Amino acid sequence: MENFFSRYRNATLLVLVLFAQVLGLAVQVKRPDTSGTRLIRFWVVNAVTPIEKALVKTSQSVRGVWGNYFYLRGVRHENRDLKAQVERLRIEQVRLSEDAAQARRLQVLLGFKEQFVSQTLAAQVIGTSGSDLSHVVYIDKGSTDGLKPDMAVITADGIVGKVLRVFHNSSQVLLINDPSSGVGAILESSRLQGILQGTAAGETLLKYVMSDEKVPTGERVLTSGGDRIFPKGLPIGTVQQTNPGGDLFLNIRVKPAANLSRLEEVLVVTKVDETTPQQKLAESSGPVRAADILAERLPSVPPKPAAAASSAASVQPTAGKPASATPATGTSAASGQTGGVAGTTKPAANAAPSSAPSARVTPETTASKAAAKPSGASTPATASGTGQSSAAAAKPATAKPVATKPPASDGQKTKQIDSAGQPAKPAAAPPQTAPSEDLSR
Amino acid sequence: MTDMPLVRTSREEIEVYRFGPVISVLVPLMALVIQAFVPLRVHAFGVLDLPFLVTIFFAVTRRSQLAGMMTGAIIGLVQDALTHQAIGLYGIAKTVAGYGASSLGVKIDVENPGTRLLVTGGFYLVHQAVYFLVARNILGIAMEWLWVRTLLAALLNGLAAIILFGVLDRFKRST
Repeated sequence: MENFFSRYRNATLLVLVLFAQVLGLAVQVKRPDTSGTRLIRFWVVNAVTPIEKALVKTSQSVRGVWGNYFYLRGVRHENRDLKAQVERLRIEQVRLSEDAAQARRLQVLLGFKEQFVSQTLAAQVIGTSGSDLSHVVYIDKGSTDGLKPDMAVITADGIVGKVLRVFHNSSQVLLINDPSSGVGAILESSRLQGILQGTAAGETLLKYVMSDEKVPTGERVLTSGGDRIFPKGLPIGTVQQTNPGGDLFLNIRVKPAANLSRLEEVLVVTKVDETTPQQKLAESSGPVRAADILAERLPSVPPKPAAAASSAASVQPTAGKPASATPATGTSAASGQTGGVAGTTKPAANAAPSSAPSARVTPETTASKAAAKPSGASTPATASGTGQSSAAAAKPATAKPVATKPPASDGQKTKQIDSAGQPAKPAAAPPQTAPSEDLSR
Repeated sequence: MTDMPLVRTSREEIEVYRFGPVISVLVPLMALVIQAFVPLRVHAFGVLDLPFLVTIFFAVTRRSQLAGMMTGAIIGLVQDALTHQAIGLYGIAKTVAGYGASSLGVKIDVENPGTRLLVTGGFYLVHQAVYFLVARNILGIAMEWLWVRTLLAALLNGLAAIILFGVLDRFKRST
């Protein structure tokens, strides 16, 4: 026996070392507190991340010196272009902020609850796991900056992942293309929900969408908010390919909106609030219109008949577009319906937000039938102009038409304000060719 | 071109090298940092496994199974700590690779580029196979064995080994 061990000493040691590691693996797998960070992980990350931080800062400094002091070719021309772009964007901002304000008012009227990102923290990506089989990155912010596990990590383009482990001055972020990641997702136009998961090859797949559904290529995928990590409505990506899966579900490959292979700066969502837009309106520093206050205090008013609403709508001045002075009948009726609902449901929604199903169905009709493009020539009366009679009177002639994307039926279908608190992009609304029978609903 | 025979005939012919403690620590650490940092800028770099290459280099140069095994285990465990997966996956794979490479280093000449390409490429496949088996069977991670990708990665790692080993050769000292 002694001969055996002395003869195969190295092989025996190999077996022992392997056995110890397998045992260690087994302990880790079975341990209930898997969320706790192991000491070895803590040591290694604390040893490696300072070097990575130094490398990132050095490369940034070099690039900064080069870009700011030497490589200035074409800067003047670029500056001129940017100034022109700023002017254009300012004009667009005025238009969009008006749309957003109107959307908020409509949401208030519907008792619409929304989640919004109220606080973010910018962080620099300083490293990866170094393994193709583990899609994680490290950022230069940690527990000292207030980061906690399960915080969402996003970029301006879309979501990136979530904070998995937090160290003192760095954090590990699990990317959405990792196999162990899961994100509640919803398709933008069809409103089909599924779960976005990564694969070992680094792809992202939308799962659990029934195979009898039609999912067109190029459709945008948004967060559904169902995972309680990512706020609802953040862009995830676009549908790249759809295949029938082996089971009842489709195999939908999604191209992430954020470039996960070239991340430099990210935003960690440190605070998500769920408030009604009423609170937002109350907190907003801008002047509150008398019409809004009035709308909140109005008692329940029975829905207006379509004809009355139509006539009310036709009186409403058009949105700074003389060409749109001839509203289609259907549109007017639709607007009247929205207004009627607004006037009717606001107090009810305040009292019991969840008990106003009818109130939430009607705007859906309006949304689908009478959604108007802000700049469309055929955009007639405004929602506020018909529903809130006083609001209509108070609204200046330059007011925008019906909200670019009115709130949807379930109170969660449409996100008017994006995560950064910016006005959402106006949705491409269909032309207003709603038949009158729909509008009378 | 060296006239050294490919297969050694006796242990007396084997030249064993050693490294200073600074090199022994710094080289694996730099390999880990570069492996974690460079794919941020050059995504394709992720196909290389620098900690693996360093493991193989130390294993075949020191020509001690124990040293190769321990080098592989330590580098692998540290590499595991940077991932989000259970600690021990790379540890096991690199322990096996280190042990195997040092065992082979005792028997064959690993100084010429052709052998380095073959040894590194071959042990890369072993490393990936061990990783795959452990991840799939012990941890239950859903993984697919991608032949083309793995073979290509083995080739690239083998080519990288020729360059890297050439650089690291400067640090070795004869015993």
